[in-house]
Amino acid sequence: MSRTIITPPGRLNMPDWREVWAAREIFFRFGQKEILLRYRQTAVGVAWVFIQPLVSAGVFTIVFGGIAQLPSGDVPYFIFAFAGQLGWNLFNNIVGRASSSLVANQALVSKVFFPRIIVPLSGLISILLDFVIGFGLFVVLLFVFQINPGWPILLLPFWVLLTIFLAMGIGLAASAWMVKYRDVAYFLPWFMQVLMYASPIAYSMEAVEERGLTWLFNLNPITWLMEGFRWTLLGQSAPEAWQVIALIVAAAVSSVVGLLIFQNTERQFADVI
Amino acid sequence: MVDSAITVSNLSKSYRIQVTGERVDRITSAVINRLRHPLTRTHFEDFDALKDLSFEIPWGEAVGIVGRNGAGKSTLLKLLTRITAPTGGIIDLGGRVGSLLEVGTGFSGELTGRENIYQNGALLGMNRKEIKRRFDEIVDFSGVEKFLDVPVKRYSSGMYVRLAFAVAAHLDTEILAIDEVLAVGDAEFQRKSLAKMREVARDGRTVLYVSHQMNTVTALCTSAMFLDKGTLGYYGTVDGAIAKYRDTFEKFQVEQKDAAARPGTGQLRLTRVAVTEQTQEPAEDKVIEFDVGANPEMVGKYFVSAHITDVNGSVVVQCDSRLTGGWFDPTEDQSGVLRIQNLWLRPGRYTIDMFVCQAGILDAWEGADVIEVVEHSPYPDLTTDEALSHGMVLADFHYEER
Repeated sequence: MSRTIITPPGRLNMPDWREVWAAREIFFRFGQKEILLRYRQTAVGVAWVFIQPLVSAGVFTIVFGGIAQLPSGDVPYFIFAFAGQLGWNLFNNIVGRASSSLVANQALVSKVFFPRIIVPLSGLISILLDFVIGFGLFVVLLFVFQINPGWPILLLPFWVLLTIFLAMGIGLAASAWMVKYRDVAYFLPWFMQVLMYASPIAYSMEAVEERGLTWLFNLNPITWLMEGFRWTLLGQSAPEAWQVIALIVAAAVSSVVGLLIFQNTERQFADVI
Repeated sequence: MVDSAITVSNLSKSYRIQVTGERVDRITSAVINRLRHPLTRTHFEDFDALKDLSFEIPWGEAVGIVGRNGAGKSTLLKLLTRITAPTGGIIDLGGRVGSLLEVGTGFSGELTGRENIYQNGALLGMNRKEIKRRFDEIVDFSGVEKFLDVPVKRYSSGMYVRLAFAVAAHLDTEILAIDEVLAVGDAEFQRKSLAKMREVARDGRTVLYVSHQMNTVTALCTSAMFLDKGTLGYYGTVDGAIAKYRDTFEKFQVEQKDAAARPGTGQLRLTRVAVTEQTQEPAEDKVIEFDVGANPEMVGKYFVSAHITDVNGSVVVQCDSRLTGGWFDPTEDQSGVLRIQNLWLRPGRYTIDMFVCQAGILDAWEGADVIEVVEHSPYPDLTTDEALSHGMVLADFHYEER
């Protein structure tokens, strides 16, 4: 039997990974709950997973491909927009779900002890499931449009992992701030929406280059990520080496800083939430 | 190396309370405040919920924690269960702590009973194997097997509570913390729960139990601590702690006798509230006499209201004079009497709270007097205790043929 010593919190806390591992059952239960509950008491149920990305890709095709006549490389606009959506949704959902998770689970956080980090992390399960389903749909589209992305598709897990680290860092920090300041709940969705239009998701970097704004877009990590996703999913031009390195660094910095911010305030959550 | 269940030394917890202005929970207001007063540091005042607590609890004890509201009981439990972090001091726990802090915490209304058992078990620190092993026992204990696949939002509150308690009671943690759960559920279930908790303590594990219900503390606990305004007032026998607790109740009543210390605007003050018979049998009329001073400057009539409150703090009955057309003239001294007929109280101790009101509360005198209802059946025939075990109050009833 191990003894537990509780002392006042210090400045820099890393999570006690042994404790987190011991509480992994909570992680799975939360993930399972989210999946179960999302489509209970809905009329069309799981169909939502298909309807949402198809409709948004359709709208992007009409607006950007049709009305604005933007280029989409050598692939049809629809699948181009769909691939962008796939990557962006993964990023956006992780940030959104993680950031609001603590406040949404207020009752638990203020009443029961367990490693808090499990709350924002557990959203990953259902988000990844959505991603897998979306990817399945994408594979069907590849066959429909007869596109062969080639070997880069094997690198998909790498980009997914980078997205998770980049997004989770932001989500962790935002969730900790939201406990104290509810403004985050208003600011973040708006910011994410702006970010989506400011990143080459519904349009291509080709369109950006035509207008000479490449340098500005290159400051945005989402641009690097999208280049990676498009290369992997559609076999379009590979991202530049510096973009890949910068992305790895950004993901590492984001996740470590996010974790530190989260852990630093973790033990006050019950008092201020 | 110590071998106690819980060792606590110099434990304290303070909350920071902002003195000037309201609580800042928006970034904009935080920024505006800073811009407006760039030089003043935000002024905080520390509120000490717990001050310098030290104690050691050996294995196999069931420890009751008693104290008035705001004495720090729940804060102590929150610290021991690690929900919140201490401001100072050290807690040394000899094992895992399972908690049953508020019934149904960790339950999701949308999930079924079965899913909730797994989720709640996980939250309380069990792994899947442990829960699986205990699953049938839990279901058995709770008695909700028929509704296992129904979302718990459709449960009655009784079923909900039973299921929640069943999960927590079957935890294999070395230390179990319980906050006032026995107040719910019917008498049969309460008995079962008490027995379960005693069994836990007999196994050599440690139980911490916070309650206002002295009878359950006496029934369950082997020792008790009394908290008074964040400090440890007493730690020892159950009787000793309860005696201390009762003392402070009397002290509170004495303090309330001083009209200036009571809440309310003070435009009028009760000068006397007295029950004519402090000790009485359940079926007797309750007669409360009261005097209110005069205030010649006041305009309009006022009314009074009396509450009879049981030991758990639940208001059993409210007697508002407006309901019976009782309005009083503030320019003169008033003496009145409240007679309550046909209220059959269960045996126990009740306090009288008396309020004088007009548009707002002019005087609020809590614990103005006490009624002690003695153990005596008002019914003609004697039978087993079981016939009297349910219900908040007794009633004047009879069965007839038709």
